[in-house]
Amino acid sequence: MHSSAVFLIEFGAIILGLGLLGRLAGRLKFSPIPLYLLAGLAFGTGGLLPLGASEEFVAIGAEIGVILLLLMLGLEYTATDLVSNLKTQYRAGLVDAALNALPGAAMALLLGWGPVAAVVLAGVTWISSSGVIAKVLGDLGRLGNRETPVVLSILVLEDLSMAVYLPIVTALLAGVGLAAGSATLAIALGVAGLVLFLALRYGRLISRFVSSDDPEKLLLVVLGLTLLVAGIAQQLQVSAAVGAFLVGIALSGEAAEGAHHLLSPLRDLFAAVFFVFFGLHTDPASIPPVLLPALALAVVTAGTKIATGYWAAKRAGISAKGRWRAGGTLVARGEFSIVIAGLAVTAGIEPSLGPLATAYVLILVVVGPLTARYTEPVATRLTARLRGTAPAAAAAPPREEMLDPVEDGTPDRV
Amino acid sequence: MSSTPLPGIGVRYDLTTREDRRLSVVAQRDGTRVLNAYRRDDPDECALSVKLTAPEAEALIDALMPAHHSPSLLSTTDLGLVAERVELSSTSYWCGRHLGDTRMRTETGVSIVAVLRRADAIPSPGPDFRLAGGDTLIVIGTREGVDAAAAILGRE
Repeated sequence: MHSSAVFLIEFGAIILGLGLLGRLAGRLKFSPIPLYLLAGLAFGTGGLLPLGASEEFVAIGAEIGVILLLLMLGLEYTATDLVSNLKTQYRAGLVDAALNALPGAAMALLLGWGPVAAVVLAGVTWISSSGVIAKVLGDLGRLGNRETPVVLSILVLEDLSMAVYLPIVTALLAGVGLAAGSATLAIALGVAGLVLFLALRYGRLISRFVSSDDPEKLLLVVLGLTLLVAGIAQQLQVSAAVGAFLVGIALSGEAAEGAHHLLSPLRDLFAAVFFVFFGLHTDPASIPPVLLPALALAVVTAGTKIATGYWAAKRAGISAKGRWRAGGTLVARGEFSIVIAGLAVTAGIEPSLGPLATAYVLILVVVGPLTARYTEPVATRLTARLRGTAPAAAAAPPREEMLDPVEDGTPDRV
Repeated sequence: MSSTPLPGIGVRYDLTTREDRRLSVVAQRDGTRVLNAYRRDDPDECALSVKLTAPEAEALIDALMPAHHSPSLLSTTDLGLVAERVELSSTSYWCGRHLGDTRMRTETGVSIVAVLRRADAIPSPGPDFRLAGGDTLIVIGTREGVDAAAAILGRE
């Protein structure tokens, strides 16, 4: 009964459902990611409506979704961005990794899941969601704030770390030994280094090769190149996602600009499919047992992210209020935690890992924007109370009041 | 004016005025601009943060220009006249040739009222005025005339 009609009906229903959910998320002004995950949970294994015909296609779509997510991430940054951030901010990156990856690893070991799951869960709790955070910064009108570059450089370093971390996870999940694993890592680091070097030296040439005035050709060239490199990377055990990320880094200037523009809708489509796919493979019944660990992990790692942001902003000479804002902004986890957990789910290690990651991300993708908004006023009040003085300004007054008074006369008609 | 890169977003340009107020503009890659003014009690945070589309930003630049060109120059349209700037490319056929060689007034009926070269303006250039690449000519005439003049000046 695997006729194309059944496939079209199923797949069409999924995409339409996602579209409606996306509209709902827009109405509620928050990220659609949790809704997509929930939609995936609702269908598939142990859900309301097990899918049949479209399962395979959704799996491939999910794969493409991950590749496009990382390609677009790479397009956001230039090689110069990455290298200069690495030089100036590597300490913040290390503190961020230590504070936020360790709780995840510790939790996996506490639950008795073994070292491989510990490495995976460490990644899930470590990487903040650059997509959610960039949107929150824009919505809260904080793009111009002095702590914003600090927040962004931490995100850049995390994304760059993914290029090293993903190959390690891929190798561990494939169950290779130490020697093969080290070789993989060496290849990954070598390739990443080479691409950065090429992008810095010959970025213009690469972009010129790809660049085209005709959107159709540009789309085909960039997409083809990305999938090809991703496939080769996968074959070398470096992880397809990293290959795509490096292609994004190598493209700069006009080509990157155009590709970004063209691929955004594709990315949105396939990334949504990816989140659904992840939900499909998670049995809703398996979530309640891991809810408590997920909640504990969310509370701890929200705290550690706030600490990370506070510390990094302090190093950059930002005042106390800005430090709290930087910390609160970094809390959101999202797409990349799911990408990392997705690798583990497809490899079929610890069965509770997927549900835990799902619950964890669902909590933090919703809480993240809230901590971004409220950490600073709450912290300012608490610290004032601890010092035993009345808070100077109770919570943030309406922003307009802080501007200079404007003469309220009727404007001159010219 | 100092600038700070915002990786993944764009660039932030900062300006501190003589009265010690800070302003900044975030230039995003998609062409939108965000204009920010900072709070007095917390100079790290914006009190005002306004998103501007490309045309809105252009309108604002126009209003901010200290050498704001008199609007009357461009609002002659109801009389059927328009004033436009036509830039001469560095590869133009007219580079190094006399203004008279273009036979502009005879061909199109427009007047060239001034030439802007780097920082100065040369008013009413004569027919023996030598054109150079990068010159901007201020041309006044009918809509059709100005378009024809732009076509002549665009000759490579």
